[in-house]
Amino acid sequence: MKLLNVSGSPHVHSDESTKKIMWRVNLALVPAFLVSIAYFGINALLVSLIAVAACVLFQWLIEKFIMKVPTNIDDGSAVVTGLLLSFNVPATQDMMWLVILGALVAIGIGKMSFGGLGKNPFNPALVGRVFLLISFPVQMTTWPTPSGKFFGNFACNDVVTGATPLGLIKEGGAEALPQVWDLLIGHMGGSLGEVSAIAILIGAIYLLCTHTISWHIPVTFIGTSFLAAFILALADPAWNTTGMCAGEFALNQILMGGIMLGACFMATDMVTSPMAKTGQLVFGFGCGLLTIIIRRWGAYPEGVSFAILLMNSITPLLNRWFQPKRFAC
Amino acid sequence: MGGVHPEENKISSDAAIEQFPLPKQVVVLMNQHLGAPATPAVAVGDKVKVGQLIGRAEAFMCANVHSPVSGTVKKIDACKDAFGLAKPAIYIDVEGDEWEESIDRTPDIKRECNLEPKQIVEKLKEMGIVGLGGATFPAHIKYSIPEGKKAEYLIINAVECEPYLTSDNRAMLELAEQCCIGISILRKALGVPNAYIGIENNKPRAIAHMKEVASKFEGIIVEPLKVKYPQGAEKQLINAITGRRVPSGKLPIDVGCVVSNVGTTFAVYEAIQKNKPLIENILTVTGKKLPSQHNYQVRIGISYNDIIQHAMGELPATTGKVISGGPMMGKAISNLNGPTVKGASSVLVIDEGEATRAQETNCIRCGKCVGACPMGLQPYLFSALVKNRRFEEAGANNILDCIECGCCFFSCPANKPLLDEIRLGKNKMRAIMAAKRK
Amino acid sequence: MTIKLILLAVLVLGATGAIFAVVLYFVAQKFKVIEDPLIDEIAEVLPGANCGGCGKAGCRALAEAFVKQGNMDGLKCAPGGDAVAQKVAELLGVSAEASDPMVAVLRCNGSCGNAPAKTHFDGMHDCHYANSVYGGESGCLFGCLGFGNCVSVCQFGALSIDEKTGLPVVDEEKCTACGACVKECPRMLLELRKKGRNNRRVYVACRNKEKGAEARKACSAACIGCGKCAKVCPFNAITVENNLAYIDFNLCKACRKCVTECPTGAIHDVNFPTPAIKPTAKPAAPAPAAAAKPAAPAAEAPKVEVPAQPVTPAPEPVKKDQQ
Repeated sequence: MKLLNVSGSPHVHSDESTKKIMWRVNLALVPAFLVSIAYFGINALLVSLIAVAACVLFQWLIEKFIMKVPTNIDDGSAVVTGLLLSFNVPATQDMMWLVILGALVAIGIGKMSFGGLGKNPFNPALVGRVFLLISFPVQMTTWPTPSGKFFGNFACNDVVTGATPLGLIKEGGAEALPQVWDLLIGHMGGSLGEVSAIAILIGAIYLLCTHTISWHIPVTFIGTSFLAAFILALADPAWNTTGMCAGEFALNQILMGGIMLGACFMATDMVTSPMAKTGQLVFGFGCGLLTIIIRRWGAYPEGVSFAILLMNSITPLLNRWFQPKRFAC
Repeated sequence: MGGVHPEENKISSDAAIEQFPLPKQVVVLMNQHLGAPATPAVAVGDKVKVGQLIGRAEAFMCANVHSPVSGTVKKIDACKDAFGLAKPAIYIDVEGDEWEESIDRTPDIKRECNLEPKQIVEKLKEMGIVGLGGATFPAHIKYSIPEGKKAEYLIINAVECEPYLTSDNRAMLELAEQCCIGISILRKALGVPNAYIGIENNKPRAIAHMKEVASKFEGIIVEPLKVKYPQGAEKQLINAITGRRVPSGKLPIDVGCVVSNVGTTFAVYEAIQKNKPLIENILTVTGKKLPSQHNYQVRIGISYNDIIQHAMGELPATTGKVISGGPMMGKAISNLNGPTVKGASSVLVIDEGEATRAQETNCIRCGKCVGACPMGLQPYLFSALVKNRRFEEAGANNILDCIECGCCFFSCPANKPLLDEIRLGKNKMRAIMAAKRK
Repeated sequence: MTIKLILLAVLVLGATGAIFAVVLYFVAQKFKVIEDPLIDEIAEVLPGANCGGCGKAGCRALAEAFVKQGNMDGLKCAPGGDAVAQKVAELLGVSAEASDPMVAVLRCNGSCGNAPAKTHFDGMHDCHYANSVYGGESGCLFGCLGFGNCVSVCQFGALSIDEKTGLPVVDEEKCTACGACVKECPRMLLELRKKGRNNRRVYVACRNKEKGAEARKACSAACIGCGKCAKVCPFNAITVENNLAYIDFNLCKACRKCVTECPTGAIHDVNFPTPAIKPTAKPAAPAPAAAAKPAAPAAEAPKVEVPAQPVTPAPEPVKKDQQ
């Protein structure tokens, strides 16, 4: 017989593991992925695949040859980073090589330079995305317009470009704005994975049901954005160039751009968000508020990435300030 | 607050309590309780009877030890206990089964108790009663309320929130009346109006039966509780029943509560009403791969090997771990030749796959340990501080509040040995505090 | 216009600088820490490894202690050795006593072969933790747990775990006898002992205080407290207490009589050119007996030796600590 094991208690373990968490996140991203393929065609598929392959490869190379540690690309975290990175870029042919650069920055600088999974202070996909946005502003803001019909855009070359709804608001081209229904199913210009609110919500509900994420960050993030947009639209009619009522405008605000994707998948990244529930509420609140502030007063039409990265930077502080309430005081 | 839901696995809950046969030899450890070891009161070659005093409590924090068998004292020497640590012990060769005359062995249930509270506590001490919930705290100390403090609640812990364990459940189903008499005696000893029995909702039969029996007694209230581990941890139980919280570093009596395990109440009944010292435990023998599940009434001092042999012949070939106690807080047995002690609640056989810890990976700061901690602590923080040998900082973050329930390690997706690290931190912190006091 | 601007900038910055300089001057005066320059000088001489072997927080703290005390009594920088002690003594104006060089020695031979594991430890790999929860994989309550806390506290890279034996090995070239490992080991298995003449020394590689039979149950190389070594020792260097022999390194002359006498091979000799030979009982057949005998104790004694040991008696003493 084999030797008996001896260890301290507990002797049983829940069947949760980092690997399972990461692959569940990947699974939750599938609906949004399918929608992106439906609207942006083969470009979306290629950009995503390239981003994922590049992230996995870079992580493997760095672990193997620079850090010289056992490689663990099978934990799925590099795939998450790759998918999220591709979801945050437009599905154009330029991106097919730019996203490799983004992956290098995301994995190399955003994650592995801090010691790998779990040690990065910033969401790696957003680090890559912001790097691309600042370095290649033209390519990063050339948005393909989704084809009118599902899977109608499978040629690689003929991309019609246009502005995102947020860009339209910023520049005052309100008459071309999509309807709310279009926003829900994703029929608008924008980054690859952020367009369809419904697809994202399906993934988010799956994550909530499997206890992979908690409701605190997404709800406060989206709720704060809505309220802030609503109040600003009332207080500052100059911003609301659309002629909608404040409520409808605020609803449009949270459905346009990356708030849904950011709130459900990127702000909830465990590594870079606070641990205590109260801290998470503040984190979500900060993300929402900063997003609307950047949208209103910032140079960019969209502020989700910056808002999340800024809040990431104060996560250690939030962890310190909002400690769980002790049972025995 | 916090808590987890491990698989319940109460597979032995239908196995009735059986009397375990006598072995050839028993080894009675002199410290089977929290505190100092008892002093041997017999010499090599002495003949002893069942229930005879063989270890006398001389220190304050100590309990009497009685012979569980009749026979001859073979030697008095150190013995390695089930966890491989050497302890003073008395080896007795079993001859027959001759009991002390004072012990009432009739099956009749004796309901009246005319002893004064002081006398009750005195008798608990004499009979070597200790808490059977796990900590084996000497009962006479628990029931001597210190000056200036007042007991308001007697809480009987029948939660049995640990997976697998069923000994308390069986005791409630088969020995409910005796337990209730024991509770009444303890209630009298403390002078409290009511005793509350906390039982988790996953034992509906025990709840119904206890309610029925308790209705015949004055001041015994059964409280069904939500199913959640660690509902049966002392501090959590007090909170669930009274709404009070035991402050950090304080004892239940500081909030007017005394908590006793339901198994202890049976031992109290036997000690007070039947003059029978604590020489037997109810022990669950269970495991998913075992051919049969058992609940035994076992004399103390029988080796784990004997129990395994009687219950299943030999361990299944794929056994990974044998645990004394439940899977969440029990201790892994490293020496199967070690004897059982007072307070041993189970022999749990766990399969290799489940018993082997998975490879530890990086902390992903998911905060599951924080969410799971019933004491509202931050296990991930302790882990990092202990690794960097910053014990005092861990102390400042209340590492000593930890009740070692294991929820943090249970829930950790990175398989970090959080509780191991916390235990090390607690040990070091206690050492630092002791050094400071000097 | 431009010139005026430049002048203005220069003036403003210059004035700010001047004001700060004055403020800083007074602040520096006010918060001046008066410190004996000797501390700096001594700290300069110390090795600067901050190993903590002296019991102070670091080298500077030791320098402060030296200066505060004014002499070297009770304070010692082990890694620095006599050379550093000499320099510190000069600076302090006292005379330094020469001390014997020491080395850390592991007093356990519970290797995987001698003390096979009876259980498998699956908890955190930390000696203090393992020691607090159970006896040890081999069942020996006194033996090395092998999780290498000593290795991680060694600032000089002198310790490493031998994969084959599972025990730490002291590299005596690198060991500075700072004592960090001695303090770290929860089972007090490491001891600072005199290096000995030609680095040759003899010690009991066991700390088991259980009775002989119990000790042997866990480990075949355990000291069983039989006392044969104490009887055979001509210098009274060996005491047996609590079933455990101990060799006083101040009295030991490294004659190695005890090494051959020990029935379990618990007494180790290191850096001797030839294996210890039991004085032959029968002078009748000298040649074959002498050739055959040495092999026996060598095989019985530590199983994990430098392989060269019994075969070729090297002219130079073997440098590496065999343990």
